[in-house]
Amino acid sequence: MAYPANYRYTKEHEWISLEGKIGTVGITDYAQNSLGDIVYVDVPKVGDSVTANASFGSVESVKAVSDLYSPVTGTVTAVNEELKTSPDKINEAPHEAWIIKVELSDPSEYEKLLDAAAYEKFVSEETGA
Amino acid sequence: MRYLPKSPAEREQMLKAIGAQSIDDLFAIIPAEYRLTRDLDVPRQQAESEIIAYFKAAGQKNATDYTSFLGAGAYRHYRPVIIDSLVQRGEFLTSYTPYQAEITQGTLQAIFEFQTMIAELTGMDVANASMYDGSTGAAEAVLMAMRVTGRHKAVVASTVHPEYREVLATYLQHRDLATAQIGYVAESGRVDLDALAAAVTEETAAVLVQSPNFFGVIEDIPAIAEIAHKRGALLIVSIAEAVSLGIVRPPVEADIVSMEAQSFGVALSYGGPFCGVIAAKEQYLRQMPGRLAGQTVDGNGNRGFVLTLSTREQHIRREKATSNICTNQALVALMATIFLTVYGKEGIRELAEHNLAKAAYAGKTLSAQPGAKLLFEGAPHFHEFVLQTQESPAQWTQRLLDEKIVGGIELTRWYPELKNATLWCATEVTPREAIDQAAKVLAAAPVEA
Repeated sequence: MAYPANYRYTKEHEWISLEGKIGTVGITDYAQNSLGDIVYVDVPKVGDSVTANASFGSVESVKAVSDLYSPVTGTVTAVNEELKTSPDKINEAPHEAWIIKVELSDPSEYEKLLDAAAYEKFVSEETGA
Repeated sequence: MRYLPKSPAEREQMLKAIGAQSIDDLFAIIPAEYRLTRDLDVPRQQAESEIIAYFKAAGQKNATDYTSFLGAGAYRHYRPVIIDSLVQRGEFLTSYTPYQAEITQGTLQAIFEFQTMIAELTGMDVANASMYDGSTGAAEAVLMAMRVTGRHKAVVASTVHPEYREVLATYLQHRDLATAQIGYVAESGRVDLDALAAAVTEETAAVLVQSPNFFGVIEDIPAIAEIAHKRGALLIVSIAEAVSLGIVRPPVEADIVSMEAQSFGVALSYGGPFCGVIAAKEQYLRQMPGRLAGQTVDGNGNRGFVLTLSTREQHIRREKATSNICTNQALVALMATIFLTVYGKEGIRELAEHNLAKAAYAGKTLSAQPGAKLLFEGAPHFHEFVLQTQESPAQWTQRLLDEKIVGGIELTRWYPELKNATLWCATEVTPREAIDQAAKVLAAAPVEA
């Protein structure tokens, strides 16, 4: 699956797309593929603050749990309620099934993240492919 | 069990394998000043027959023919013989905890049935299997409420078992969580609702109460729940006497119930092992500590059991697990499962009624003696009651022991304001004659000079 060129990525395999000051965050196709069937997503509440590179929640597959790391610092403005009942949406469409939306306190953080090409290169190095 | 000592030839062989000349050579690395140069001061070896004789003689010292009125979190009930004959089967005893979970369907089914019965009894949606005991269950319930609410304060009733509160303090001492304690109403022995309402704030994660409380008094759970929920706090109800659920309305308004299940067929055994359990509303399932067995359907469409939601547990989630509990009290929970199966719904109710009647008779008879009165009569009780005597308990305790009766436990060690007050418990195994005899002994206070 191609990594959208208009997104930015972290080395922890989250993606973020930015519209104004609002960033939408999810996990990448590589992440969902490594985790396998996702059964639960633990997310913060609207109004909670998140910090770049710090855990903001976790994603649980059949036999493993992984922390979710925020690509940016800011305040949670929305959580994807659909994932409560259908966490498998992440497996189906990882780059559409967003997890949280964050109002960035420092929009310049976005610029420091990996672009699609750099992320793809990072993944291929990590997998040795 | 066979006793297999090492032979000199085996010692020689082992020393040779590791390249040591002798035992002294093996320990040469330990500085001489730390080495013991004499033989250990232990009795000489004994033959099997001598060892059996020794333990028989030691067993004679047990006070087995006493009647005990002690309760306070550890209760004497009849244990059907079938419990021990079933739990001692190798299939259950040696594989007491399901490490290789799905291969032990029988154990998982027993755990599942335990959870189902506990959930039905407590009025909760889900129950785990299990916690160490009622005290750690209560402490874990507070931590769970903290995770659910994201708040860091707990309000605890002083009528919660004092030792449960001590365990809670131990659990919380290195956590950023403060507790406030709420007293009781002198007439009823129930939680002071006005003080509670004043103490619960928007920062309160949980209100922890016990019912029947430490004085044996049934708390007003709906009223307490209303106070807690108004501020968005969770209500945790601790139950130290599981048999009470046979007659006391289950705490359905609670968010979490933590319970000690010892009364369900677990021997007192000098204080353990006991069996704790946490039950909760389904919405808090993800934050529950401990094992959960679930029912499912296998590839052939047959009913089967699995350990479910293990991602909450430490073998998967490591330091972010909901608890550090691992090998639980599965075998003890099995005793409770068998007990509940033997008694059944009607049986538990009859058992509870029997306990209630015994305690009511004991309370009435003992308090009818000169200088004795019951405290906290303004609220319903289960099978424990607080007796206040004119004479100091230390005096009549010895007179009772002479009659092979263990009287109630003194409350001043935990509640200094309750002078000469003792907590008594009567269950279905308390003989009526012993109650009458205890009353006679109480009445026979020496005439003051």
